[in-house]
Amino acid sequence: MITDRLDLTPAEFAAETGWELKPEGACKGDVCVPLGGAPFDAATAADRLGMAVVHDEQAGLWAIGPETVGGRALSSAEAPELVLPDVRTGEPLRLSSLRGRKVVIASWAPY
Amino acid sequence: MGGADVLRPIVEEAGVTLPVLVDDTHRMDALFGVDNIPQNVWVDEDGMIVRPPEPGTPAPTPTDDPMAQLAFSLMTGDDPEAYSDRVRDWVANGASSTWALGPDEVIAASKPRPKEVSEAAACFELAQHRWRTEGFTDEVLGWFSRAHTLQPENITYKRQAYSAWSYGKRPEEMARFAQGPTPGHEDEWPFVSDFMADMATYMPEVADRLKPRS
Repeated sequence: MITDRLDLTPAEFAAETGWELKPEGACKGDVCVPLGGAPFDAATAADRLGMAVVHDEQAGLWAIGPETVGGRALSSAEAPELVLPDVRTGEPLRLSSLRGRKVVIASWAPY
Repeated sequence: MGGADVLRPIVEEAGVTLPVLVDDTHRMDALFGVDNIPQNVWVDEDGMIVRPPEPGTPAPTPTDDPMAQLAFSLMTGDDPEAYSDRVRDWVANGASSTWALGPDEVIAASKPRPKEVSEAAACFELAQHRWRTEGFTDEVLGWFSRAHTLQPENITYKRQAYSAWSYGKRPEEMARFAQGPTPGHEDEWPFVSDFMADMATYMPEVADRLKPRS
């Protein structure tokens, strides 16, 4: 995620990373990572979740990379929420709205 | 022109009825580990991933277009129906399908993600953000190159940078398609690698198929 400040609220952090603040810590799917109990701090949460925080001083921006919990792209087999706009309508589609059906997400590109 | 504006007429002409989504910020990579295309993820009725991102091309639609035929043959290999057959088997048999993996298998089969890969994603996001804001500046090239160095096997990071650079510098159609230095302009190419070199390194079986046959 891209941000011009690191004093993010838990809701802002969760919206971009999928990791929600719960009493157990930061949670996504069936995985929770303890954050140490102090008030929420995005830099600390990113560190505990193995997320790289890269500062672009010139542009005044930070980029927070995805988590590296367990050293794999997927830390849980529970599908993360994916929200992307439909190319024809611009309306966002939520992966979770397709529960009850099998889904194949095919990533492709035109040439 | 880019993104949805390029995609929309293609999707409309093809008469696709399924949802077609635009992933400008590579969410599929951050959330699932999609680092090249085409790659697919299978998700069951309960929202559980049963196959993590993997290459796979459905059986091609018959076409007279030689370029499309070449692309299909490169992607599907010797058995064009193989991947579609796997999907059909899962649709019919659900969790008891040979191809449906359990949760631990799914995690283990997902892409390795050391800290460098997270850092590469952050650098790539800065490159994308700044490219869209200020055009293809030296700083943008720097962020793209840092992402490429941190995760050289991520072909989507490279393809995006190659196309973005070519679009501004050498806007002719073939330069963008080639994703590498164009004849007579080799010295301008700012990246340490290019599409053909990446293919030879990371997808040797496809690169082999692209070689002229004697």
